[in-house]
Amino acid sequence: MIKNAMTKLGLSLAVALTSIAPAALANSEGGKMPSANTRPDNIASVQRGAKLFFNYCVGCHSLQFVRYSRLADDLGLTEDQVMQNLNFTGAKFGDTVVSSMPAADAATWFGKAPPDLSLEGRSKGPDWVYNYLKSFYIDHSRPLGWNNAVFPGASMPNVLWEMQGSQHAAFEPKQKKQEKCSGTPAEGCNNGQREIEVCAPGRTEIDGKCLVHLEVETAGTQNAQQFDETVRDVTAFLQYAAEPAALQRQKLGAWVVLYLAFFTFLAWLLKKEYWKDVH
Amino acid sequence: MATSRIQSAVAGLQEWFNYRAAAFGPVYRKHMSEYWAPKNFNIWYYFGSLALLVLVNQIVTGIFLTMHFKPSAADFAPGISQAFASVELTIMRDVEWGWLIRYMHSTGASAFFIVVYLHMFRGLLYGSAQKPRELVWLLGMLIYLVLMAEAFMGYVLPWGQMSFWGAKVIISLFGAIPMVGDSLVEWIMGDYLPADATLNRFFALHVIALPLVLLLLVVLHLAALHEVGSNNPEGIDIKKKKDANGKPLDGIAFHPYYTVKDLFGVGFFLTICAFVLFFEPTFGGWFLEHDNFVAANKLVTPEHIKPVWYYTPYYAMLRVVPDKLLGVLTMFGAIAILFLVPWLDRSPVKSYRYRGWISKVALALFALSFVWLGKIGAGPGTDPVETIIGRVLTFIYFAFFITMPLWTKSDSTKPVPERVPAHD
Repeated sequence: MIKNAMTKLGLSLAVALTSIAPAALANSEGGKMPSANTRPDNIASVQRGAKLFFNYCVGCHSLQFVRYSRLADDLGLTEDQVMQNLNFTGAKFGDTVVSSMPAADAATWFGKAPPDLSLEGRSKGPDWVYNYLKSFYIDHSRPLGWNNAVFPGASMPNVLWEMQGSQHAAFEPKQKKQEKCSGTPAEGCNNGQREIEVCAPGRTEIDGKCLVHLEVETAGTQNAQQFDETVRDVTAFLQYAAEPAALQRQKLGAWVVLYLAFFTFLAWLLKKEYWKDVH
Repeated sequence: MATSRIQSAVAGLQEWFNYRAAAFGPVYRKHMSEYWAPKNFNIWYYFGSLALLVLVNQIVTGIFLTMHFKPSAADFAPGISQAFASVELTIMRDVEWGWLIRYMHSTGASAFFIVVYLHMFRGLLYGSAQKPRELVWLLGMLIYLVLMAEAFMGYVLPWGQMSFWGAKVIISLFGAIPMVGDSLVEWIMGDYLPADATLNRFFALHVIALPLVLLLLVVLHLAALHEVGSNNPEGIDIKKKKDANGKPLDGIAFHPYYTVKDLFGVGFFLTICAFVLFFEPTFGGWFLEHDNFVAANKLVTPEHIKPVWYYTPYYAMLRVVPDKLLGVLTMFGAIAILFLVPWLDRSPVKSYRYRGWISKVALALFALSFVWLGKIGAGPGTDPVETIIGRVLTFIYFAFFITMPLWTKSDSTKPVPERVPAHD
């Protein structure tokens, strides 16, 4: 019946809200890039990532919001293990992870101080971190000789080059394309058409050229697959570091949702019982 | 007998209470056990009580958050403010269950707007703003206005990138006002940029001033409603047909019938909220934005500055209007015009069920324009085609209200029955 259409609309809205959500989620993430496929509940992977982070990253990057003691708790490590294998700055067990590099010096050396990475796994997201770490290539025009295809002009060198080897980038020139426009010939618009130079769809423009692909020229100590795993571990660690509560909330969440669903069922029975005398 | 002892104990307590607070009984009856609500409420009638539930949630979780939050833009570490650290280190990591409280508060903020928007749409759908419920509508609109200010200031508090730049953009809108604009912006911020002074005053307004106003308005909204009685999906005035005791024939006691029904609604709603809270607390960047996981930096402007989703329809209007002052006026006008609905709606019937096709199409177009504008406002705003679509949608939004007296009056209607027909 048409007069119940709005009741149905209301119901379907409630259902739609829950089902559209995943589609809407992807919306705000920006460009598509290969998935990191990390699993922060894979503690072994996060542990390996922690070891890599403290060997390769902490020299420059802090984790101001991560305490050594919390790492021990969450990663199933003892105080000794953490203090001997992960703490190289002489910090106390309850301290947060602060890089030993003075921020002022860092700014002079790299052009800007290396950012704190506590929340990088949330602000940029795991996919970005994963692809960024894999996309360094040799570029002699850059101060440190490295550039990055995911974040062109990055100040950071490829600290994982020993494992990955050194990548080179293959470029192609931009292609000419006709585009509709509105404006005067003086503004470059002739008969509603204008010639522009763009990269083919899906190709990143870096310094006026279009990136075709990255290629390892000098092999490192790991093959491509092994290096993927290495980067995945670092990413999993940063993802964990960005939200340690994620481990707790997912475990607890299933029970809360189950409880509430049961409560809703009981409330529905109660409502039905009371409403017998209305119908 | 045990039962009779319990019964006499309860009766004794009641007597004790009634003797000392005789006024309580009538108040309870007026608002609960003898508040006669139409028996045909449908799913759209859950959102009022859900909004109240979310308000309580925001206050309770808010109290716990204030115990640990530090409203200070001073450095915790180079480039990280104490406010940001108190949220992301203290509350999210150091405080037991702090993450849960914070997610309840942040998910609650978005849930608040979801239920409020549905609640408002229900009003349009069933002509709830019409006589005699004009005051109910006006008070509701005031709640919406205060709620937007409250949510905006709350969003600024964590002092992330989007907090800072969102605050800068929104406050600078007041700069479009001729003559006093620039001084007004400075006065609001207490500085030349959003700074420590801004953060402190926003904290005061967010945790004390606006919640007090909000609570007062909610009480008045309910008082005004209970004075005239609830509308219903049929738009039938149930007070016209009463029994010998003065109880409307199509009315049922709010308590227990609607309290148990709303309890079911609460369960359903909380299940959905819990799902978001535990499995996708940022809701893909819609409830907690990615850029707000970066500490505020006045030297680095984020690529896209955009408000949280619940403001984006108005933000889209601001952007598609070429002139700044005109854009600001359009944006505030879009909210202001909502206040006038009780007088713009000239239809002789209330519910859309008894209105003609023009009203249905108009309402659908309005809903479409609002949602689509929301989508445009959340985007980067660089597509010129989108700007044109945005202008058309803004036109539809305003046309809906401005032409409302015409089409509500001339549209065909069906006769409204005297009694509520079959219901679910």
